[in-house]
Amino acid sequence: MGEHRYKWIGTRPNRPDGADKVTGRARFGADFNMPGQLVGKVLRSPHAHAIIKSIDVSKAAALPGVKAIVTSKDFPEQPNQIVSAGEMLVNLRDITRNVMAREKALYDGHAVAAVAATTEAIAKEALGLIKVDYQVLPHVIDVEAAMKDDAPILHDHIRTEGVEPKPTKPSNIAKRIAFAKGDIEAGFKKAELVVERTFHTAPVHQGYIEPHAVLASAAEDGQVQVWCTTQGQFTVRGFCSRLLNLETSHIRVTPSEIGGGFGGKTVVYLEPVAIRLSQKTGKPVKMVMSREEVFRASGPTSGGMVKVRLGATRDGRLVAADCTAALQAGAFPGSPVGQGCMCSFACYDVDHIRVIGYDVVSNRPKVAAYRAPGAPILAWGVESAMDILAQELGIDPIDLRLKNAAKKGTKTHYGPTFNTIGFEECLQAAKNSDHWKSPLKPGFARGIAAGFWFNIGGDSSAAAHVGEDGTVTIISGNPDIGGSRASLAMMAAEELGIDYTKVRPIVADTSSIGFNFLTGGSRVTFATGLAVVEAARDVVRELKKRAAKIWEVEPDAVVWENGEAKPASTNVGQQEPLSLAKLAAMAGKTGGPINGHGQLNAQGAGPGFGVHIVDLKVDRDTGIVVVDRFTAVQDVGTAVHPSYVEGQLQGGAVQGIGWAVNEEYIYSAKGKLENPGFLDYRMPVASDLPRIETILVEVANPMHPYGVRGVGEVPIVPPMAAIGNAVARATGVRMLDLPMSPPRLSAAMDAARPKMAAE
Amino acid sequence: MSKIHVTTTINNEPVEFLCDGSQTILDVLRDTLGLTGSKEGCGSGDCGACTIMVDGRMICGCLMLGAEAEGKRVETIEGMAQGDHLHPLQQKFIELAALQCGICTPGFLVASKALLERNPKPSEHELRYWLAGNLCRCTGYDKIIQAVMEVAADLRK
Repeated sequence: MGEHRYKWIGTRPNRPDGADKVTGRARFGADFNMPGQLVGKVLRSPHAHAIIKSIDVSKAAALPGVKAIVTSKDFPEQPNQIVSAGEMLVNLRDITRNVMAREKALYDGHAVAAVAATTEAIAKEALGLIKVDYQVLPHVIDVEAAMKDDAPILHDHIRTEGVEPKPTKPSNIAKRIAFAKGDIEAGFKKAELVVERTFHTAPVHQGYIEPHAVLASAAEDGQVQVWCTTQGQFTVRGFCSRLLNLETSHIRVTPSEIGGGFGGKTVVYLEPVAIRLSQKTGKPVKMVMSREEVFRASGPTSGGMVKVRLGATRDGRLVAADCTAALQAGAFPGSPVGQGCMCSFACYDVDHIRVIGYDVVSNRPKVAAYRAPGAPILAWGVESAMDILAQELGIDPIDLRLKNAAKKGTKTHYGPTFNTIGFEECLQAAKNSDHWKSPLKPGFARGIAAGFWFNIGGDSSAAAHVGEDGTVTIISGNPDIGGSRASLAMMAAEELGIDYTKVRPIVADTSSIGFNFLTGGSRVTFATGLAVVEAARDVVRELKKRAAKIWEVEPDAVVWENGEAKPASTNVGQQEPLSLAKLAAMAGKTGGPINGHGQLNAQGAGPGFGVHIVDLKVDRDTGIVVVDRFTAVQDVGTAVHPSYVEGQLQGGAVQGIGWAVNEEYIYSAKGKLENPGFLDYRMPVASDLPRIETILVEVANPMHPYGVRGVGEVPIVPPMAAIGNAVARATGVRMLDLPMSPPRLSAAMDAARPKMAAE
Repeated sequence: MSKIHVTTTINNEPVEFLCDGSQTILDVLRDTLGLTGSKEGCGSGDCGACTIMVDGRMICGCLMLGAEAEGKRVETIEGMAQGDHLHPLQQKFIELAALQCGICTPGFLVASKALLERNPKPSEHELRYWLAGNLCRCTGYDKIIQAVMEVAADLRK
């Protein structure tokens, strides 16, 4: 905002992949084909919890056109070993079982076998001929039920970690974690008002429009090629290498364009299966999930229980904050409860904090990351409780947050002390916004809530190749999920001092660029951006060397300004500047090709904060929430390409609106998912929504040359509580459980009516 | 099972293909004819990623059989740009960042073009309801709506 220090950063050029994506030319996961390819299909468990006694594939194998069938026997057993994947840690023993069930099927939709056949029709027919002998077991879906002593146990080997003495009995509680700052009971002794409520959220799916898809081709010499839709080609390579005992350099993974991920494409489902089927048949195998399979067997994020207790003085100072959260992990341990607990009170500077979290398995698909994993669930509780506190104290909800806002120097309850952050600036911007200052329409109410996400850095590699005409190719390894090609090219153009259109970014396969951690955690523009800046600076160093050689001076006698080599001072002599294009044309005579490289483990990702404001009304007859105005305020560090930054805020906010008012996994009494389709799993559509206004606050991240902070995840954190807080003010009914769907909201209003009438 | 022979027009070109009775026009476009610009997001007519025009009517390609294309005029995203000139909607979607991942974009473009051809001056309300059959999970629809409204205004000039 304000001063314009850069030539490209902060402008809104067309994205490099724009034409491909508006013409249908861009190739997504399901758009890759090879001659002679087979079609792979997965047989999935119809039971929520069942022992697999035997699998008889003989009839299916005899069907003409069936070329191979795999079950868990085709995948090597894995050690009980934790590896990093995406924003979560995963256990290979569990991942191989999630890819293909072994001893037991653990959820409706769990893969139990797969077929490769010459046509899709034959593959589907073959699935019907596979005979699985199940022994159905009692199942458990919800998190609190799964924590009970008499709950059906999913895994006999799980003993709750993090409790003393170590339990001897198996449990569905995989882990207990705790964070503390100060002395919680001493803090509550100082409180003049205590607010305590228990909240729930339903599991929700990332809802990317593109289903999972892969094409795998295994050659006779052991080399494997994979084309797939993923947030991380290197993650796919790493998982497949371990799950199939292949060397990483023997697997070449080319990421397709990705049709949305939001965290849900950070793990593997089909890829190892397609490779195994290809190995067994000697032919390429293509696999694409149906929408029903996407819902039943991939994603979602956890549902959870969050109990919040806040203590404050009468003047609105938080003195103690306590929270207990239990998050569904799905069929295997690994919910984002850790991140959620760390985010819980990160917005606030409180002396006494305690946060306890439980990671709980139940008979649902194993959860995957979803935008700021864990944070929205905790924020639903904490930010709703903050609003109750504001109402009970009679304090403006923004002022209450300003009074307690975390700032530079605030020590968090999970350890780190904040460097420069922009939470207060966001609250002030919200307070000064046209939205906040505008009067409410009759019948409408206003809510606000805040949100936090760490943002991450991590491993990135990039290369910059200078062409003989002075154009530059930027090669990096993160799938472009929402405009990162543009932001990377802009940073390269800024460093090199050349026109943005002279920089062409590409997303490379795993054999064409060094390791890049996946697209997630809001890391790409920050971390891979740093690698691109390094690569561009490497090119500049080389260009200065070439100019020095031409001028017969030392390289440090040359400076690089506005895309040209110039003498550092008049002492060097009166030399005409040499542009990048001129130096590129002379490269052959001055030392050969001019390339640059950047490789790093990026540290110092600046944390992100946001504040959302919503105006809405509730239809008293139907319980439908009508959102009339929505503003997302966020500290974005520096908005490299403001349009795509705004887009992150808008998209995240709308996913949050869906999470708040409609989306949920609905299970039958038998544990079957009853709404595995877009008709019954109702995501927001254009007619549900108003404009999503954005206010970009720019508090530069001191740990990045352009001040970049990740921006993608914060915007899904505040919307649920902002909406709940507005609903409470509109109806007088405080909703504690998500979603605030029409039937639930109607029921809550009906329940409150006699009480309100009596008062 | 014998195949059905279909003669049709796709993006103003005469086309013949063979298909199974159970194949959708979306399957034919994508798998038989290599026109993968139309996307399959759900296979049940709920997401609009496969939106195409058949005899001037907007339909979901996943809900129509390939054999039904006999004698019809089919238009897909691949026919929207004229030579190397993008359609104004395509151009505006790029300029205003009305796409993030891009998987829903072909469907939104085909649907938006269909609206502007029948209603050159839609209100934002009408536009939002017209596009309610197209799911986008990335953008929150805001920039898509802005882009189409701007193109509508430009085309009226």
